[in-house]
Amino acid sequence: MAETLNRGPVSGTAVTSPAKRKPFFVDFYSTAVGKKYVMALTGMIGIGFVVVHMIGNLKMYLGVVNEGELRVYDIDWYGEFLRELLVPIMPRTYVLWGLRLLLIAAVLMHIHAAYSLTFLNRKARSVKYQSARDYQVANFASRTMRWTGIIVALFIVWHLADLTWGWANPDFIRGAPYHNIDTSLSRVPVAILYIVANIALGIHLFHGTWSLFQSMGWSSPRFDSWRRGLATAIATIIVVGNVSFPIAVLAGVIEFDPDAINCCIEGEEGG
Amino acid sequence: MTILTNITIKIWRQEGPDTEGRFETHQIPEISDEASFLELLDILNERLIEEGKEAIVFDHDCREGICGTCSMMIDGQAHGPQKGTATCQLHMRTFSSGDEIVVEPWRATAFPIIKDLMVDRAPFDRIMEVGGFITAPTGGAPDANIIPIPKPVIDASMDAASCIGCGACVAACPNGAANLFTAAKITHLNLLPQGQAERYKRAEAMVEKMDEYFGSCTNHGECEAACPKEISIDTIATMNVDYWKSKFKNRQHLDR
Ligand code: HEM
Ligand code: FES
Repeated sequence: MAETLNRGPVSGTAVTSPAKRKPFFVDFYSTAVGKKYVMALTGMIGIGFVVVHMIGNLKMYLGVVNEGELRVYDIDWYGEFLRELLVPIMPRTYVLWGLRLLLIAAVLMHIHAAYSLTFLNRKARSVKYQSARDYQVANFASRTMRWTGIIVALFIVWHLADLTWGWANPDFIRGAPYHNIDTSLSRVPVAILYIVANIALGIHLFHGTWSLFQSMGWSSPRFDSWRRGLATAIATIIVVGNVSFPIAVLAGVIEFDPDAINCCIEGEEGG
Repeated sequence: MTILTNITIKIWRQEGPDTEGRFETHQIPEISDEASFLELLDILNERLIEEGKEAIVFDHDCREGICGTCSMMIDGQAHGPQKGTATCQLHMRTFSSGDEIVVEPWRATAFPIIKDLMVDRAPFDRIMEVGGFITAPTGGAPDANIIPIPKPVIDASMDAASCIGCGACVAACPNGAANLFTAAKITHLNLLPQGQAERYKRAEAMVEKMDEYFGSCTNHGECEAACPKEISIDTIATMNVDYWKSKFKNRQHLDR
């Protein structure tokens, strides 16, 4: 008995360096499989965000609503709601900032993992095939993850500059999303940019949503047949929802009208 | 038997690991459709030897699809166009008269070319050495079925154990990853009662050894499509779970 205990963790045969004690996360993340877990987890945070974000934006179609005495655009009111999340418990905007920090961390980790794995993969085949490959099942989405990812990353920067900080929108008014979306997306090149970027995001998610089950090790006969359907559904919902906004703005379905509201937009007449 | 005519073979020639390689073209005027792909190369080699030229070097051994030695890209696919088939089991009837067939060695940094189509797959041995076994007393053979194992479990384990270590998964993977090989080897033992004692050491050690040589999995699924034994990428999911669990469990053991 004593002998077994003395032999260390399991058998000792598979142990190369038992004293290796890096912090858990550093240790785990240093391997490719660990990085894929991080990609899948941060990807899920991303998917959760883009789905909620898209649904929130659908509020634009509700137009103006009455809040007691006030007539406001529903989406503007929703923006205020986000800033006041859990307000009596937490100070104003704290929760929103918490969520933002989580998202920023997730996007940065996702990009870092994608970047380092891409390098690893390049190194793993330093001499390419000299004749044409005949791929059997790799699809357009899985083979363009890096490109659709880069398009999405660049778009995120533009999107923040456009509708969060307002640098890219000369008519920007803080706290008036409905007005800002209308003025920004009325510019045809900007509308096209939104459409292209969201299609890229849809393609990314078409592979990503399927793939993350594999990376997380969630494979089971019970739901494996659902994975492709789920990925297609998420990609379609995101693309249809998000692409509808620039089209609605250009078609005049979403049109800011200062006279329709009586509240809450500073620096604008009628407010 | 039918005779195929006018086959053109474009085949990779390379003197050694550090020399430049090139494609060489040979005409095969006639070949039986019952010839295996390796027999096609044998016939071509005999001709080359008669002409006083050097034969094409390629790996082969059992020629019955069980040793995993034969290894080549045929028309851009590992082991050629037929599903679930190693090169030695691929027959000329899969091709037609007049075809041009392009043959290239596996390409992976971990598999340097030894000569022509022969590559060095020793990194697979390095992975096996750190956990692809169980520790058991040697001696008289134990009675069969002495440890009861549920049928679905033994089936899943056997499916994984059918890996012949040919390296087609690495060759087919756009990233040069060896996840299917490593996952098959880990899954084979980790599903069985005999593999439990070393389960998490095995998962951690083999995954990290694999990391030293190969690329990373992007879940394209090309490995599964190329595998002559049609091993499922479900084994990769199993490996991933056992790997992250191993990171916790092995640390807990070290803390004791
Ligand atoms: C912000 C929105 C994004 C979401 C929701 C998202 C989501 C995902 C998901 C779910 C996966 C699958 C993870 C897995 O295979 O386990 C994935 C993979 C990937 N993502 Fe993203 N991603 C986003 C942005 C990006 C960005 C900005 C990049 C970087 C340029 C990127 C690059 C990649 C790459 C290269 C992969 C494949 C991973 C691999 O090959 O190992 N993604 N993404
Ligand atoms: S030669 Fe043994 S598997 Fe092909």
